[in-house]
Amino acid sequence: MAEFNPKIVAFLCNWCSYAGADLAGVSRIQYPPSIRVVRVMCSGRINPAFILDAFKNGADGVLVAGCHPGDCHYIAGNYKAQRRVLLVQKLMEAFGLEPERLRLEWVSASEGDRFASVVKDMTAEIRKLGPNPIKMLEVED
Amino acid sequence: MPNEKLKFAFYWAASCGGCEIAVLDVNEAILDVVAAADIVFWPVAMDIKYKDVEAMADKSIDVCFFNGAIRTSENEHLAKLMRQKSKVLVAFGSCAHEGGVPGLANVSNRNEIFETVYLKSCSTNNPGKIVPQTSVGVKEGTLSIPRLYDTVKPLNQVVDVDYYLPGCPPPAKRVAFAIGAIVKGELPPKGSVLAPERSVCDECPRKREEKKIAKINRVYEIVPEPEKCLLEQGIICYGPATRGGCDAQCIDANMPCTGCGGPCPNAIEQGSAMISALASIMGIDSEKETSFDPKKLMDQVKDPIGTFYKYSLAGSILQRKVKK
Repeated sequence: MAEFNPKIVAFLCNWCSYAGADLAGVSRIQYPPSIRVVRVMCSGRINPAFILDAFKNGADGVLVAGCHPGDCHYIAGNYKAQRRVLLVQKLMEAFGLEPERLRLEWVSASEGDRFASVVKDMTAEIRKLGPNPIKMLEVED
Repeated sequence: MPNEKLKFAFYWAASCGGCEIAVLDVNEAILDVVAAADIVFWPVAMDIKYKDVEAMADKSIDVCFFNGAIRTSENEHLAKLMRQKSKVLVAFGSCAHEGGVPGLANVSNRNEIFETVYLKSCSTNNPGKIVPQTSVGVKEGTLSIPRLYDTVKPLNQVVDVDYYLPGCPPPAKRVAFAIGAIVKGELPPKGSVLAPERSVCDECPRKREEKKIAKINRVYEIVPEPEKCLLEQGIICYGPATRGGCDAQCIDANMPCTGCGGPCPNAIEQGSAMISALASIMGIDSEKETSFDPKKLMDQVKDPIGTFYKYSLAGSILQRKVKK
């Protein structure tokens, strides 16, 4: 059987993490092609519904990346993102989804190498977990 | 048809019966209803069989108020039947709107429920290990009962719904408003929620200052001050994420809102909205302290599904616990 290639939806903040991903690209750092990037203005803009929707639609993992603590372009958006992610992870556990499928990382604009290693690490972890177990459209028996 | 009376129907699916009482809570206004309408089907109050409804012409009922979630094959059959026979179908109450409290059964499944109820509960004596079957043969023929589904659904996942009247149960004022609008023929566009475009917080009389909480208090842990915002006192109050129309009745009784009004207009999902709101006010400004531990802070939230999806699990994005 072919190796399982997870699909990871990555919400990257405009000011730090997206620039970090960009740097990884222009620096030609290799990382697995598992992520689908969604650029948002701030990690604090990510509604938990976006994360749940990604999982419902089959994402194997969701990465939320923002500026390091203290560096948020909007002062405190990343702190709010951190609290939301923690609550959503608790919620995922209750829904029977492994909370490790959702990850929050701080990646600055200068950390292209860190971005690549985060993606590598997360891809490996989700590969171990296997595909997203949500099967929403099961027929009632 | 000025002299012809409207035809109303009321049906209950997976619900507690409270919505039926809510209809009567309009008190003497019920007389205006009876003056303007004939009630042609109401199992809780009238002796009419399903076959009588099946015999009615399609779209011959003007308005059907349907309460309760869809949990059994009988619920689904009646939802489809009432849709076929009614011109306007109103999802009445939280269960029909978003799945309601019965929707919390989606953290489990049929087998688990049967096991607990018929085999494992300590008051059960069932040596034959008999659990409900949908049909059984007896000498007179075959007897059947409806099938319990694994997943509870709100009404709109089974049939097309024209209007929603949220609440657990819908407040008498909203019921009277909806009936009045129907009688006068002044209904809003199809798909509307028959409640104001504002949150419970907008209707709440309590004093609000800056929201910043470090500790969550569960309802039994403190006696809240009567004038101050409950969220500011550390009680998870669903006001910011819940649609108003109830005049904040529960908060008036010193109890937090638990979200029966459903999501606010334009919210993607009620649970997510409340998670966002709570995350925005918990432990704010404490980040710079060396003792700041976000995980410990958020671990104060117990039972996330029961807290954030008390009435809306079945209608939420994930809808149910993952099936193994």
